[in-house]
Amino acid sequence: MFDEKKLKELKHERQRWEQTTLPKWLKQSCERKSDFHNHSGMPINRLYTPEDISDMDYVRDMGFPGEYPFLRGVHATMYRGRLWTMRMFSGFGTAADTNKRFKYLLKEGETGLSTAFDYPTIMGYDSDHPMAKGEVGICGVAIASLRDMETLFDGIPLDKVTTSMTINGPAPMLLAMYAAVGDKQGLKREVLGGTTQNDNLKEFFAQKLCIFPPKASVKLTTDVIEYCARELPRWNPVSISGYHIREAGATALQELAFTIYDGISYVESTLERGLKVDDFAHRLSFFFASHNDFFEEIAKFRAARRLWAKLMKERFHAKNPRSMWMRMHIQTSGCTLTPQQPLNNIIRTTMQALSAVLSGTQSLHTNSFDEALCLPTEEAVRVAIRTQQVIAHESGVTNTVDPLGGAYYVEALTNQMEQGAWDYIRKIDDMGGAISAIENGFFQKEIADSAYLYQREIDEKKRTIVGVNDYTLEKDECPIEILRIEPKVEEEQVANLQKLRRERDNRKAQQALDKLHDATEKDQNLMPAIIEAVKAYTTLGEITEVLKGVYGEYKELIVI
Amino acid sequence: MQNRKKIRVLIAKPGLDSHDRGAKVVARALRDAGMEVIYTGLRQTPEQIAETALQEDVDVVGLSILSGAHKTIFPRIIQLLKQKGLTDVVVFAGGIIPEDDVPDMKKLGIREIFGPGTSTEAIVKYVSDNVPVRG
Repeated sequence: MFDEKKLKELKHERQRWEQTTLPKWLKQSCERKSDFHNHSGMPINRLYTPEDISDMDYVRDMGFPGEYPFLRGVHATMYRGRLWTMRMFSGFGTAADTNKRFKYLLKEGETGLSTAFDYPTIMGYDSDHPMAKGEVGICGVAIASLRDMETLFDGIPLDKVTTSMTINGPAPMLLAMYAAVGDKQGLKREVLGGTTQNDNLKEFFAQKLCIFPPKASVKLTTDVIEYCARELPRWNPVSISGYHIREAGATALQELAFTIYDGISYVESTLERGLKVDDFAHRLSFFFASHNDFFEEIAKFRAARRLWAKLMKERFHAKNPRSMWMRMHIQTSGCTLTPQQPLNNIIRTTMQALSAVLSGTQSLHTNSFDEALCLPTEEAVRVAIRTQQVIAHESGVTNTVDPLGGAYYVEALTNQMEQGAWDYIRKIDDMGGAISAIENGFFQKEIADSAYLYQREIDEKKRTIVGVNDYTLEKDECPIEILRIEPKVEEEQVANLQKLRRERDNRKAQQALDKLHDATEKDQNLMPAIIEAVKAYTTLGEITEVLKGVYGEYKELIVI
Repeated sequence: MQNRKKIRVLIAKPGLDSHDRGAKVVARALRDAGMEVIYTGLRQTPEQIAETALQEDVDVVGLSILSGAHKTIFPRIIQLLKQKGLTDVVVFAGGIIPEDDVPDMKKLGIREIFGPGTSTEAIVKYVSDNVPVRG
């Protein structure tokens, strides 16, 4: 990218600076630390210059937005054309409670829905299962059947919004319910747009909400990818997720590498079904966390885009440029929020959101300032949306494409991040792939070690967390309102579910479950049978039980 | 009774939530401080936790929960520990437990509650100071 002669001149000048100007400053006052590094443990230099990116070739390594290798963005005009989707993850109480919150968020300017389910739903338990006691509607919305789903989207035309659903093991069931609601609204399947998280691999080492063993889980993920490629062309069947990997304690580099590797695994499992890469790869989407180290995050997102493009082109021989696009959703990092001085979280979230926007994300969730304490109140969630709106409309950062492109530090760190991820990819390839890496505890150990190290740094005050290990208050009183879910939610939901079981055609429900059992045993794509089962108003728990009967249940591999 | 110096701790994850980062970090910190630590893994029922506490003959039980179900689950665990005669076992908890719930939880018999931001040193110190070493 730079002229050889000019580089030599630069090197000479740098050496001069290091011998003359710099020592004077260091003599006056030494640097705050002897070693500066980011969360991934990469040493950070004092200064970056063209020397640090002298190997780069602009056209080859950066290129133009909307063109390979997509470092500068997947769209040519980025936010000058359309802003990112402001998608707030929400869900609590009954379907009716969350329906009300959805409508509130849409009114306040949200441009896409994102559903948080409660733990029983996520684990495939009906709301009246013994394991569900005390958990119904607490951390998300309780959805036990199509009837709940109808209530959840009541008055929301599914051809006018896109909906993301954070659901993994039961993704086929929830997608089936969503498609069934679309059918009831008289919509064609091809107009339904949205995303199912459906990334089961990361469950085994990050989010850990696993129902079925790894191979069966990947089979179900792949069923959804295959089905969507044929029937739901606007649906993102999987959101390959680094977010939970990061929240579980991974570094930015580990998040990047392990997420990309999960993506590789789904491409491979779908190719095995006989689909061509360009039949489905354009609908694979990604989900990352945006943590505290501003430039490290930016480097991670940008590296992810270039790395994925290269993989799709070189390893999987995709021809359609869209198959090489990494479209991403980013969420600000929940684990960086503190219950101490909770208003400080607004500032953290703003910076994390800004790094996501400066990196060209397609979609963004900003956390609410009260989320280290409870599910967000209306006020808190409004501030979170406003944060995105202020960045979008007031800061000016949306006026040009990839505003940080070409910055020496950013490009050098992006290259370093990509290189580190390639090293991990080779290592996991050598291990025999993602399932082997899960079974031998590799991912789990890597993440647990990083989580422990991070906490040690905080405990030893090598890392400052404002309001937690420094700048603390004598008495940290909680000045904010707390959202509480009342126990009557569980009673109401259980009563609704039991009413459904009485009212539905139980013969028809049983037949649908038998048919599903048969399809599971024959190893068919289960989506058609699951759609039929949800339409017969079988419950999520009943469907999950059928699948457990054939696949068995996952038993956790404990790695501390 | 066999002479024993090391404190035995059970770190347990009741409820359906899967946020085990804190539980694992605490388990490791207690282990590094020289204690014997048993970690149950995720989604343990109150019955499983009480049974493990009995079988493993622990001095202390640390409960980690972030799902908000503590008001349903903690009373059951305490009741089962009592039923098994484990009244000397020190029970502490961590996770997301709203301040308003803390008095009720303490009344119940949860001796201490550590919220997010607590240093591992504080937890190690608490356990060392509050669990009499049996000899």
